[in-house]
Amino acid sequence: MSKTARQSAVPLSSHGFIGLAADRVRGRGHLRWLVHAVVLLFVLFWFVPILALLLSSLRPQAETAASGWWMALPRPAFTATNYMLAFDQLRVAGSLGTSLAIAIPTTVLVILLSVIGAYALVRMNFAGRTAISLLLVALLVTPPQITLVPLLRLYNLVGLSGTIPGIWLYQVGFTLPFGVFLLRGFIASIPQELFESARLDGASELRIFRSIVLPLSRPIMASLGIMAFLWSWNDLLIPLLFMGGSSLPPPITVNLAGLVAQTTQGQGPLMAATFLSVLVPLVLVLSLQRHFVRGILGGAVKG
Amino acid sequence: MDITGLVPLLIVLGAIGIPFLVYLALGLGEAVLSLCPPGPQRAMRPWLWLLLPLGLVALILIYPVIVTVATSFQDARAESWIGAANYRWAFSGAMLDVIGNNILWLVIFPVVTLVLALIAAVLFDKVSYEPLAMTIVILPTAISFTAGAVIWTQMYSFQPAGSPQLGTFNAVLQVFGLGPVPWLIQPVVNTLALIFVAVWLQIGIAVLILSSAIKNVGTEMIEAARLDGAGEWRIFFSMILPNILPSVLVVLTTMIIAALKVFDIVYVMTNGNFGTDVIANRLYYELFAANNLGHASAIAVILLISALPVALINIIQFRTEVRP
Repeated sequence: MSKTARQSAVPLSSHGFIGLAADRVRGRGHLRWLVHAVVLLFVLFWFVPILALLLSSLRPQAETAASGWWMALPRPAFTATNYMLAFDQLRVAGSLGTSLAIAIPTTVLVILLSVIGAYALVRMNFAGRTAISLLLVALLVTPPQITLVPLLRLYNLVGLSGTIPGIWLYQVGFTLPFGVFLLRGFIASIPQELFESARLDGASELRIFRSIVLPLSRPIMASLGIMAFLWSWNDLLIPLLFMGGSSLPPPITVNLAGLVAQTTQGQGPLMAATFLSVLVPLVLVLSLQRHFVRGILGGAVKG
Repeated sequence: MDITGLVPLLIVLGAIGIPFLVYLALGLGEAVLSLCPPGPQRAMRPWLWLLLPLGLVALILIYPVIVTVATSFQDARAESWIGAANYRWAFSGAMLDVIGNNILWLVIFPVVTLVLALIAAVLFDKVSYEPLAMTIVILPTAISFTAGAVIWTQMYSFQPAGSPQLGTFNAVLQVFGLGPVPWLIQPVVNTLALIFVAVWLQIGIAVLILSSAIKNVGTEMIEAARLDGAGEWRIFFSMILPNILPSVLVVLTTMIIAALKVFDIVYVMTNGNFGTDVIANRLYYELFAANNLGHASAIAVILLISALPVALINIIQFRTEVRP
């Protein structure tokens, strides 16, 4: 139980500390202002690149060629042309569609198979279960590069290269060690009595899984889901390698990487395409921040 | 078939159809098991449940690792055995510069991320608008490395001295009367510039982990030290830091692995030109431009071996966590 308690002790979700505001920055006056100054500088520095992206995507071609993005602040002149060009000429709509067709099934399958695996590892007694857990922990840090040469050959052999299900297969298999690792602590903290009374009532293993494990693990499944979606949506290497030769529009990351190399369309449409590509993950993280934070904190191997 | 019709179809197939089949397969397996006597039933059940997850991990991770290790001792077309020649190539000539860049990434990226994240975690803890500051710092962790690279290409943009600077950093330098810096072209400066893009993208993870650790350090102890007249520096170095060391280790190992794997930023921003190449990008080149499977495999094995110490640390920590 202490693990779950620690996982929920997330700085962002607790509201206790706002009330202490006046008391929090101690020391003499100038030290207090120094703290505020450093924090504001930090926040500004981390926010400016995103602001620059948004403004650049909205500025007319003539402005972008003549001055930096910050000139949009004193001299605002905005246009939607870049976005129209991105849709018309850069196949952005198709790319976003491909990215969704990759990321949504990957996310669902990662969640489902991780719960199944974690449930078996944590709640069933069998020889070899410690060994499997340790193997999965070791696989957490495997660089994807080690898998490329054999899997490219295998994919070509069985006709999976250039297909979206081929990407699902790769991303799900690659993310599973993390998924099982993230879920196991949570599933272990479900009280044993719940399982025992269900068994006394004659519930089958599958029924216990469906009516106890699945509903109770919902919060941590949401955390895994958001992380799996972000990884899948943001992945460049795997679709770049395994989607070659496909007639489908490339996923958005592959499309962007290709656009950087050829600058014929100008900066504006590229910035519009980039902003559209980050919109989905940004909205997701902002609206599900609590789950995202729990996923990051729970996923870190700690002593 | 055009993509507009295909996307919903694929999503329904992958997010509803396949999960349904998985559940059906489990049910079928359980039905077969229920015909067995209780003893074998209990022995076989875990393997029924683990069949799909472990099978996938074996196919996507374990089998390729074994094959890649074998291929790293073979020639370009992976047809005949050539001993350690690929490794001799990997540690000679132009590859030494590539490995040097990776070492730069491996040292500078984790250290800079850790130091900046510690500053952020400690100082954010002292202001009332911490939730807002935290949200902004974790925003980039949602963004792809590819998009981050596009965003920072604009920040680093360079025009020759004398013309108006469109890149953010060079414009700031111009305000102070300094000459522009070719951030992505000048060797060493460019690798540092690329590393900083990764810091911007990943620091949110480090700040979250450290911030949650700092909040778990007992406040009574710190208040008592303050009453005894201990300064903030003293409190940080002798009370907070020793208490959050496990989290510091977590941040370092996470960032070391990220530095090892780094590919997207280099591929998009410089494609390894101007002396910025790293081994993950070089592997992509060997695989696609040079078609040398032996070289590519040797590079991959070097990456894997570099990650082993971190895997070992993780295993040791995991064991102490599971068996207190």
